[in-house]
Amino acid sequence: MRRITTLIAVSTLAVGAATAQDSNELSIDGAPMVTEVAAPAHMENVDTIYSGWRFRSVETQSLEMDDFDNPAFVFVDKGIDLFDAVDGSEGKACASCHEDVAEFAGLRTKLPKVQDGELVTMEELVNGCRTERMGAEPWKWSGGDMTAMTALIGLQSRGMPIDVAIDGDAAPFWEKGKELYYTRVGQLDMACSNCHEDNYGVMIRADHLSQGQINGFPTYRLKNAKLNSSHGRFKGCMKNIRAEPYKEGGEKFKALELYLASRGNGLSVETPSVRN
Amino acid sequence: MKRALGGAAIIALCASIGAANEVDPSDVMFEEGVVNASLTGQAGDAVSGRKVFANRKQGNCLACHTNADIPEQSFHGEVGPTLDGVADRWSEAELRGIVTNAKMIFEGTIMPAFYINAGYERPLGKFDGKSILSAQQVEDVIAYLMTLEDE
Ligand code: HEC
Ligand code: HEC
Ligand code: HEC
Repeated sequence: MRRITTLIAVSTLAVGAATAQDSNELSIDGAPMVTEVAAPAHMENVDTIYSGWRFRSVETQSLEMDDFDNPAFVFVDKGIDLFDAVDGSEGKACASCHEDVAEFAGLRTKLPKVQDGELVTMEELVNGCRTERMGAEPWKWSGGDMTAMTALIGLQSRGMPIDVAIDGDAAPFWEKGKELYYTRVGQLDMACSNCHEDNYGVMIRADHLSQGQINGFPTYRLKNAKLNSSHGRFKGCMKNIRAEPYKEGGEKFKALELYLASRGNGLSVETPSVRN
Repeated sequence: MKRALGGAAIIALCASIGAANEVDPSDVMFEEGVVNASLTGQAGDAVSGRKVFANRKQGNCLACHTNADIPEQSFHGEVGPTLDGVADRWSEAELRGIVTNAKMIFEGTIMPAFYINAGYERPLGKFDGKSILSAQQVEDVIAYLMTLEDE
């Protein structure tokens, strides 16, 4: 009898873990995060959106619940140093003009956004200041300096709901991103939607498929022990289906970033999140 | 030296026989999703097929299907149905159709077509113009699937 009960318990657990997101609640250093909310109206095939945190193992989840345990904070600290570091021909640091990084609270929730007809991302705003206002070299899109800075700036919005605009000027970029999301590519001939919309909650070999949300980027991954940009992640997923990735920082990935961000409208910014 | 040469000659001979009887991906004949004729003109090898099935760089069928016959692999995906007892549900010709190009039977499926070499967009350079599996590997996988019967 005892054996039978154990068996049933085990099999229920396995099914529960493999068929859906879990029901854990995320609070970081005591501040509650929204990891589940009704899908934005534009999403036709999904009723509820979930943070990728809800699909990770309890061990990985716990690393994000306390900044002291979160390995990404080594890089956030580096971002703080960079913010104060003088660089470039003008002899200025970020801090020379931006008194306190906290002034960027809320910015992460709105990005990418359209400015003067162009879709701009956090990386471009940072590099814009570097090249135009500091006379410094631009940072590499997914390089360590850039992800440290985007993590630091993103952190100022942690807990605030993602709220990107998809109408008006943004509409054509958003449409482009949506098209890319549903386009099959690669020798394996799959679209982002095949995994992250049709099959989230399901195991794909050793991985528990999430909705592919980007509310936690840049993300610390246990796999490579560093911060990863969203474009870096898109690239990885494309390579896994044996597709030639688009260019990091290119128009296609920027449009995809806007579309993915909009599929997370309402989820809390979790930057810097921890994933496997 | 002599032995090594002999070995190379035999390999070359096998390769040419294989190629001669092999159906090119673009020439595979589908009849309502089913492929009747062997892609190599001969029976596949189930032992080798079992390896192709599990190998992440080849079939990687375990990415999406559970299979109780391969308990030594700890991770079995659940995107598709279990393949336990699959030989009771499908004939060899049907299985050949499914593995060659599952889209011919399951419209819009996520399951990749394992024996096509065109018709996909933006392949990574080294995969361009290639099929995921060779004709022999497809036949080996089918031979293996045919062993998956419920007692
Ligand atoms: C010489 C002064 C100066 C320096 C140095 C400078 N910035 Fe800026 N930055 C500005 C100004 C001016 C703006 C535009 C403010 C606005 O549009 O409200 C701006 C805008 C920004 C924005 C966009 C804010 C928004 O709400 O759209 C970000 C992000 C930013 N800076 C980050 C940085 C970082 C990171 C550094 C250091 C690598 C830096 N800046 C260095 C002057 C500077
Ligand atoms: C073959 C299935 C598959 C396809 C197709 C796929 N991905 Fe993924 N993706 C994964 C897996 C597995 C992970 C890691 C587990 C998870 O979060 O789903 C992942 C993770 C992600 C993440 C990180 C989520 C987080 O919480 O940090 C993003 C973002 C993402 N994918 C975007 C994309 C985009 C954009 C595309 C299309 C270009 C795409 N993926 C196509 C399998 C796929
Ligand atoms: C990316 C996921 C994926 C991979 C990889 C995959 N399949 Fe499938 N397979 C599916 C799905 C999903 C179905 C169900 C058909 C549908 O889409 O409705 C399926 C259906 C099948 C079926 C019919 C099963 C039944 O009982 O109805 C067979 C047989 C099969 N697959 C064999 C294979 C083999 C052999 C491989 C490896 C060479 C493989 N699959 C790789 C996703 C996959």
